[in-house]
Order: sequence, then structure tokens, then C-alpha cells
Amino acid sequence: MMRRRHFLNLSVSAVGGILVYSVDRKASHLFAEDKTLHFPLRFFNEIEALIVAAAVSRIFPSDDSGPGAKEAGVVVFIDRQLAGPYGRDAHRYTEPPFEDGPPEFGYQGKANPREIYREGLQKLKGFEYLAAAEQDSALKEIESSLFFSLLRQHTIEGMFSDPIHGGNVDMVGWQMIGFPGPRMSYSDDVDTHFGEAFRPKPASLQQITGISVRPSEDEK
Amino acid sequence: MKTLPSVDVVIIGGGWTGLLMAKELGSRTSLSVVVLERGGSRKVSDYMSDMDELDYAIHHRMMQNFSKEAFTIRHTTANRAYPIRQLGNFLPGTGVGGAGEHWSGLCKRFAPNCFEMFSKTIERYGAKKLPEDHAIQDWGITYDDLEPYYAHAERLLGTSGQAGNLRGKRIEGGNIFEGPRSTDFPTPANKVPYFSSLFRDATKSLGYHPYPNPSATISTLYTNQDGVTRPACTYCGFCTAYGCMIGAKAQPTTILLPVIQGHKNVSIRTGASVRRILHQGSPMNGRARGVTYVDASGEEVFQPAALVFLASFILNNSRLLLLSGIGEPYNPATGKGTLGRNLTHQVIVPSAMLFFDKPLNRFMGTGSVGISIDDFDADNFDHTNVPFLRGGILRALSDTGLPIRTFGIVPQSVKGKWGADWKKAGIYHYDRTASINFIGEHMAYKGNYMDLDPTYKDHLGDPLMRMTIDWRDNEREMVKFATEKAVDIGRAMGAKEFTPYSGLRHYEGTRYQSTQIRGGTIMGTSPELSVVNTYLQHWRASNLFVLGGSTIPQGDSIGPTLTLLALTLRTADAVVNRYLKKPEALM
Repeated sequence: MMRRRHFLNLSVSAVGGILVYSVDRKASHLFAEDKTLHFPLRFFNEIEALIVAAAVSRIFPSDDSGPGAKEAGVVVFIDRQLAGPYGRDAHRYTEPPFEDGPPEFGYQGKANPREIYREGLQKLKGFEYLAAAEQDSALKEIESSLFFSLLRQHTIEGMFSDPIHGGNVDMVGWQMIGFPGPRMSYSDDVDTHFGEAFRPKPASLQQITGISVRPSEDEK
Repeated sequence: MKTLPSVDVVIIGGGWTGLLMAKELGSRTSLSVVVLERGGSRKVSDYMSDMDELDYAIHHRMMQNFSKEAFTIRHTTANRAYPIRQLGNFLPGTGVGGAGEHWSGLCKRFAPNCFEMFSKTIERYGAKKLPEDHAIQDWGITYDDLEPYYAHAERLLGTSGQAGNLRGKRIEGGNIFEGPRSTDFPTPANKVPYFSSLFRDATKSLGYHPYPNPSATISTLYTNQDGVTRPACTYCGFCTAYGCMIGAKAQPTTILLPVIQGHKNVSIRTGASVRRILHQGSPMNGRARGVTYVDASGEEVFQPAALVFLASFILNNSRLLLLSGIGEPYNPATGKGTLGRNLTHQVIVPSAMLFFDKPLNRFMGTGSVGISIDDFDADNFDHTNVPFLRGGILRALSDTGLPIRTFGIVPQSVKGKWGADWKKAGIYHYDRTASINFIGEHMAYKGNYMDLDPTYKDHLGDPLMRMTIDWRDNEREMVKFATEKAVDIGRAMGAKEFTPYSGLRHYEGTRYQSTQIRGGTIMGTSPELSVVNTYLQHWRASNLFVLGGSTIPQGDSIGPTLTLLALTLRTADAVVNRYLKKPEALM
């Protein structure tokens, strides 16, 4: 059966315009016309996507220190990860019996990331309508859950992975921290610039290699 | 089951040691050689576009798929074991080249006293200093026996470094604790990145002996004795968990595969999962007849062979012997049996996380380039007044700059792990933070071993390997000692804040240390205490040889890759020069 297609609709003006960052990290606001961004969703429905988008924006907020999960498109990144092999545990040992063990031996549960998200999102119903402070309190409530630790980990991944995966849009994450992305050579630089910031302009894997790379989330 | 035409040699596993043996036999004999590799084929150009932290370092694209086969773990025989459900404490490779494709390239010889750890410890401190339940033993060969093979392996890899002991002459600036080397490194030491240079200057000022890490990410264009040419490393920082995009890092596919492909008598079958080594005679005295495997189409076949080399991932060497009923399983209650004993790993911790007030540009580097000190390694210092034996290396690498794994490491003064304050601190500290790592020796203990799990199975229905392993006070005290030294060094490096390592408690299946787990089919001088002799020939089946990390009697500090290559070359000499002329036990 075909799943009904869901889209995530975000109003640009609602998020205060698009933050644009130059290499020296000076933020400037680019007030775009009031238009709606329209993302096709692979795993979440629209409400789930709005909740996740709101939650990751509290984990990695957009503020004076730089762009956040919103500008980087972290929710799009997570949606694709969960729709792909990672989301269904294609590389995790999932044979029974499942029994809780000592923390040193890691997660022993049966639920895969998709199921953990679906269950975790149940506890955040209406989250997208709360004020920021209330959202923070709601996240504090679930801070020790496996769902939250995945959400936090995926936020970092969506901020700083290659743009091919749907996050780190325009390499805003890399620009913010001064990571240049993949580069073919630092031969002339590796033993120089001591004590000073060396900040080559970031480029993505595709820009660097000219090769069309297939990300794991697009594999069967 | 289909039976294939017999071949002279079957090699199980297409990683470092299996392919090196295939290359040697292919070059030096006319034997028909078949390498069976469970994973897929690979070529250097596969790595042109792998500089993607998410798919390679986080999702482990080059590693064993744990959904098909994993390992189980427990701390003692009194506990039940749990599966390590996702890749964690070590990362077995799969595909041609194995874990040798994604290694970091650290390429150091063992200290001479590693080979005689038991007798040298007794000699210096007496038997009372040894932990009660230790299982350490001498290898049966010495550094001097292996030295020519170390030199040979270094020439193969083109290892970059600076000699610290050339034919007995100590050289400042190199590692003065290394054993005497007959030849200098084939290529000069690599460039030194900023963070490593701070470590070098600080350790020198404290009276220690810093040296550049011997590295397989080579410093200059180099052609080895097989005519394989590789370019100089460009310090891109994508080494550990990646294949090298330009072939500068020595990998099985860059230095062995091209030579093997020139030999018509050697073939590599990919997608071949070996299930059993068939043998005749008793478990204690027999001969291997060949192996059975499931081929890429899913059919189970029997490949008869006159000579079998078992060169799979470390734990799988023991597993295949246990499943095949060859040798005597180790029993920790009685101490009898040898197969599965002396399971060891490394003791690797970030001893001190250092927070600086200036940028480090630490995205430039390699998995192995950097500076180390051996002043606290092995038995290089007097242990009379410390509550532990042996030691490890303190090291400042520079390839830790990829952001997914390192963003958000902030000083303890920053509260919270998400939200505006954490984010702000994360941005500031991202390129101002690095760690001094400790890489320690892991002694063998009677209670640390492996056997077949009674509960959990792989996708073919065979039992998983069960690890029984925990730290002892020797490792905990060693780490405590190293942490104090690392903090002192960090202070001398000008760090503004520190997070010292919080201490070793229990062995973790979740925290990556290294892929260099060891033991299970250890070498030695008697069949009562070891599975193979010093030529890595099985005591109970003279036409079966076992290669790789499973033969190392106890955990060294640096990581054994170079040593395993040297041991494989020594075995190749013994097989070609002696065994093939007279196929019996090599003494």
C-alpha cells in the first residue's frame, strides 16, 4: 500500500528569515520574501516532523552564537536516516533473547531507531506549540531516555555531516566551527599556521571529488 | 555439498596476513593458492569518495555487518553473556583487505622485552610482583629472531619514522627505547602538526624522550621491493575507518593485491564464508583436509587442500577451530586446554582532554602521525614502587578533528549537554580541544578467554563467539598513573583546562579502543601452553597454520600490525624453505 506522501512546510518568515554566515562567523540576516519551504518526507508524518524540528532546535538553537538545527535542516537529515537502513537496524544484531544487561555492554533492546522515535514522540504531543522555556522543560523530563540520546546524537550528525545526507545545508555547521570538510591535501599547511586559525572555505565531498556519491540512507 | 577440485593451499581470510601469505606463496612457489574472503572485492579507486564521516566512521561502512554475525561478552564466568549488538569496542573489517584497509597506520615494532615478558619480569622483580591470576608467558622467539622480518615488513610498507636505535647506537630524536634496528626507516618521519608539536616540546622540557610515530601514511613518494609505488600522504585526516583516497597509506589492496593479481597461481574468491576446517584423525593429532564454505550464491561447497592457512579476524580464528573440533578448548576452571585462552586487548583511554585558548587546526593530520613517548611503556621504568607492572605509550595524535565525533566536548565547567550554553561552548572549544591518549599493555589473565556462546547464533545458525573479559587492578592502576603524567604534560603544553580520565572500572563492549584484540590461538614452545608453535603451525595438525593477532600471547601497547606482518614473513620463509621440502612439524 502506498503511504500518503507527507511534506514538511516551514514558513521562512516564521523563523525570522534565513541566517547567513560568512567564513569569519559574522551573522547577517537575509530577509527573504515570505515563502513556504516544502520538504517531501520519507519517514515522519508532518506533525512528527514539526515536533522533531522544534525539539532539535532546542538542542541546537539558532542564536547569536550561530545558526542551529533549523538552518541546517536537521529534521530532514533525521527523516532520511530513519527511512534508510539505519532506521530499521540493518546493521545491528537483533536476535533474541533480549535482556537488559550492564551498561558496559550497550543497548540490548528489540526496538529499532524508527520504533524508538515513534514511541518517544508520543510523549511530546503538542510540543511544537509550546513556548521555548516550556519546550526545554519537556525535554529535561525525557533527558535520560534512549530516545533523547538518539535525538541529541542525530542533531550533531545533522549539523556536521556532509550535506549529501540532507543536513548541514550550505555547510552552515562546518562554517560555524571552522571545519573545512573533506580536502585532498594539507601538505603545505599541516606544519604551519601554529597558534593561528587556518580556515579554508568549506566544500562538500561532491564539490571536492566531482563524484556523485550515494549515501547509505539511499541504499536498500 | 559440492566438492571442488583440490588445490595446494587454501587461505581463510583476505586481510593483512592472509594476503601477505598469498603474495609470498604466489611469488616464491608454483603452488595453486586460493584465498577465501567472506566480504566483497575492493580496488583502490573505491576510496576516491569515502571522505564522509557519517557513513564511514559513524555507520561503519567498511566493517562487518553485525546483523549477520556479532560477538557476546561477559565480565566473568559467573555472569551470563550479552551480545555486543552494534559495533563498539573493536571494528572487524570485511571485504578484501579486511581491517587492514581501515587501519590508522601506526606501525611500530614491539619493545624487545615484550617477547620475554614473563621471564624478564621475574628476573627484575621476582614472581611475587606478578598478579595472582596472570597468564603471561614468553613467546618462544625473541626480538632478535624477528628483527630481519621487521625490517622486511617496514620496506614493504615504506614506513616513515626516525630511528632511535640503529645497530645499537642510540639516536636522540628517535625512540631511544626501541630495540636495535638493522636498517633505518625506509622513509623519513612525517611532518608534525601543531598539537603534536606542543606535546613534543612539553615532554622534552619535562625530560622525556619524544619521537615521531612510525607511520604507514608515508612521508614521501616510495617504491617498495615489489615495485609498488605510492605517493606521499597529504594529511587529509581520513585514515581510521576509511580507505586511503590516494593510496598513500599502506593497505593490503595498495601493496599486496597488485602483486597477487600478477600471479596466475593465486586466486581470491569473495563472498566465501568459511564454516569448517575438515580434518582427519583425532582433535589432538590429525591433518586438515580442506574447508567448507558458503559461496556468494549461498551454496555450501567443500574445497579440498593440502595446506591450510587460517587468517581470519582474530576471534574468528579461535571460533573456526572450536567449530571444527581441532585442538583442546581452554577450561578456565582447571587451566587445561589451550584453544581460546589469553584473550587480551589494549588499554586505550583519553588520559587527559586538554582545552586550549588558541586554535589547533586539528583537522589536518593522519591516523598515525604525531608524537609519542615510551618513557612509561613496557618495562622502561622501575616498577618497584608502583602498584602495577608494565605500561604504555602517551601520545598526541592530530587526526581527531572530524566534527561529528568531537563536537560538544567541553570543559567540566560547562553544565548541560544541549541547549544554547552547550552549543556556544561547543563552537568555541571545537578546534581548541584535543586529548593526550594512553595506549597501554593488557596482560593475559586466567579468567579472560573465549569460547562458543551457548545461546546466540549467527545467520547461518552457528554459535557466536563469547568473550569473557574484564580489567584487573593492574590496568586500573596503570591508567591512574598515566593520567597523572598526562595532566602534567598538558599543563606544560599550555592547556587552560583539563578533563582527566575518570578511571577504568569494567571492560566496556561499547567504547572503541582499537580493533587489535588478541589471543585465543597463542604461540609458544609447548602444546600444553599454546595452540601453535613459533612458526604459527598448529601443534595438532602440521598442515594447518594460524596467522594474525590470535597468535599473540598477551597484549602489547602499540598494536601488533607490523609484528603480525613480520611473523607472517617468518612463517612464509619456514614454509617455503623447509615445510614444502619436508611436510612435518617445524621445530
